[in-house]
Amino acid sequence: MATTTAPGPVRPAGRPAENGAPKQPKRRGPRRSYLPYLLLVPAIVLELGIHVIPMLVGVWMSLLELTQFHIRDWSTAPFAGLENYRVTFDFSSATGKDLLHSFWVTVLYTVASVGLSWVFGMAAAVFLQRPFRGRALLRTLFLTPYALPVYTAVITWTFMFQRDTGLVNQVIEQFGLVSGDRPFWLIGDNSFVALLVVSLWRSWPFAFLCLMAGMQNIPGELYEAAAIDGAGFWRRLRDVTMPMLRPVNQVLLLVLFLWTFNDFNTPYVLFGGSAPKQADLISIHIYESSFVTWNFGLGSAMSVALLLFLLVVTTVYLLVTNRRREHA
Amino acid sequence: MSKRHLALVAAALLTTASLTACGDSGGSSEGDAKTLTYWASNQGASIEFDNQTLKPELDKFEQQTGIKVNVEVVPWSDLLNRLLAAATSGKGPDVVNIGNTWSASLQATGALIPFDDETLAAVGGKDRFVPAALAAAGAPGKPPAAVPLYSLAYALYYNKKMFSDAGITAPPATWEEVVTVGKKLTKGNQWGLALEAANPSENAHHAFTFGQQWGGEWFDSAGKPTFDTPQNVAAVKRYIDLMAVDKIVNPSNAEYAQNQSVADFANRKAGMLLWQAAGSNFKAQGMNPDEWGIAPVPFPATPPAGGKRINSMVAGINMAIFKHTENKDGALEFVKFMTSDAEQVILNRTYGSLPSVKPAGADAAFQAPEQKVLGEVLGSTAAPLPQVAEESQFETLVGTAMKELFADAAGGKAVTEAQVKEKLGVAQQKMGS
Repeated sequence: MATTTAPGPVRPAGRPAENGAPKQPKRRGPRRSYLPYLLLVPAIVLELGIHVIPMLVGVWMSLLELTQFHIRDWSTAPFAGLENYRVTFDFSSATGKDLLHSFWVTVLYTVASVGLSWVFGMAAAVFLQRPFRGRALLRTLFLTPYALPVYTAVITWTFMFQRDTGLVNQVIEQFGLVSGDRPFWLIGDNSFVALLVVSLWRSWPFAFLCLMAGMQNIPGELYEAAAIDGAGFWRRLRDVTMPMLRPVNQVLLLVLFLWTFNDFNTPYVLFGGSAPKQADLISIHIYESSFVTWNFGLGSAMSVALLLFLLVVTTVYLLVTNRRREHA
Repeated sequence: MSKRHLALVAAALLTTASLTACGDSGGSSEGDAKTLTYWASNQGASIEFDNQTLKPELDKFEQQTGIKVNVEVVPWSDLLNRLLAAATSGKGPDVVNIGNTWSASLQATGALIPFDDETLAAVGGKDRFVPAALAAAGAPGKPPAAVPLYSLAYALYYNKKMFSDAGITAPPATWEEVVTVGKKLTKGNQWGLALEAANPSENAHHAFTFGQQWGGEWFDSAGKPTFDTPQNVAAVKRYIDLMAVDKIVNPSNAEYAQNQSVADFANRKAGMLLWQAAGSNFKAQGMNPDEWGIAPVPFPATPPAGGKRINSMVAGINMAIFKHTENKDGALEFVKFMTSDAEQVILNRTYGSLPSVKPAGADAAFQAPEQKVLGEVLGSTAAPLPQVAEESQFETLVGTAMKELFADAAGGKAVTEAQVKEKLGVAQQKMGS
């Protein structure tokens, strides 16, 4: 703690405002200058305990040959060096090939889900921007999926996607949309579509909520001025709404990206521990590599690699969007 | 730094330390000689059913010994993870149920008390237990990591009325007959056979049995995986072909992982089912016990070279004690109680499983046709799954590969021998990494 105390002589120079009260007892100064740090201690300790230390443990685990033989006492696990990383990035081996496959599936899933969630959320927010009868009801309705507990909601979807007894196939048949055999949704090629539908259903209300809130903050005069200038609906959307929503969008897209990329609950509840290859998201894949096949070192290495990837993407994203905003 | 400041810092540190320490008070193995914590696997139709079944027995134990047992019934889907967490953290229950196929895997963690001769003597002696069941309690050559509690085996269940309607007089004894019979039964919304084709464990169990019959082994004598041998490929293909080629299995079964195949059989949507002690489950789903018959799982008509006369795994549930228990004597007392003749009869009769101790097997409760067939299979033609530390990986990887093959078959794609070999090869490669 002592190191955080500012040296005495520097204080008056740094804070000229206090010079007006020279009669104050001297010892008040130093206490004030480290009290904030003192108050930060609980947060720092918690941050260390909850985030930093587990993360470092994860990195350490990724350097060990940590299987069921050593899981009880890590200290006995042999040091593997970068072996787990070599296996992770050896895309010619079965393990690496499948990891790469699930990475691309996840990228596709994230792009599609975030993109569509944004489009749906945006459309609904624009539609509900002007007051009309029943607007509150629609708003509530749109937010329902967001309010439901994840497990209940996704389990309901698994029932609906069952081939023989599911509602989805019954509706499809009712409308004569399919000829021949009923399609499968939870296995095979369609499983990706099923996963995307559930993900979209879950995350677009969040986009809607954020965008709606963002739009509330756009001053009405801007639209009036634009209207006077003869701007139509699309023009106003492009030149008023979109620029004003930029800060909201920046956060919204980042949050959706991180949530969707790391989404574990949706695929896990939808498919159970072993997802079909077509919908093998990376979070499930890593879970399987570490918990189901009991290779915790390899699982940790994959997690660290994923974390680094997300960190790079996030940093680049923030740099690019911030610069664009400054230029705008 | 003045004293007051020091006190402030200390207070802040203490607060945060106690806050963070709250996180890991999950365990409950206090050094109290009068209580035990027990995780029971879900054996009955529901967790509630299990609680009701176990409660009077645990009360009885408390009366006899003064030791109170706090039981938690854990669903199968959570059990392995929970056990692993307990093994890792050194906190958790004193006594647990484990699926017997996991015995060697959990043994390898070193978290379970070995049942050496002395420990076995404390629970009644090695000779009390059914040998096949005890063989599925740990790696060969090591003292068992658990003792068997409930024993199960696979059998072929069939719908008597569907059989007589189709003019079939006897249950099939060979896979060729299964196909012939299955084709006669498959019409409209009715299918010959129901399979739990999206359940990796279930798939892996059949991979083992079929593999034995086709002369294959999943691990060599050194414990190395040998998944893609021609024998194993032929065995797995034979199983998948029941859907892919013979078409006696509803393609919808490719997404079954929550015992829907049992429901299909009980609801007369399928004429045959391969399952472990399913009778009580059929009854719970409203099927009259007269409606179904039972026969041993079939064999190939002309056994391939090296094929063994094995038609079931030694299925069952074992009971193990964690090393971290602070009441080992009480825990052993409890294991002895649960494997006593009287308790074995009561519990196995309720669950429809078989006793894992020899004297209880003679009880009248286990002379019904179902238990007789299961008992004969266990006694003569069942073998334990490979008792190697990587067993749980084998179940997941091979079982999942088969799930994918079934998904292909259900989607109308041809499943070739080369594809089976490739999928098994990939599973094997993953074992090495």
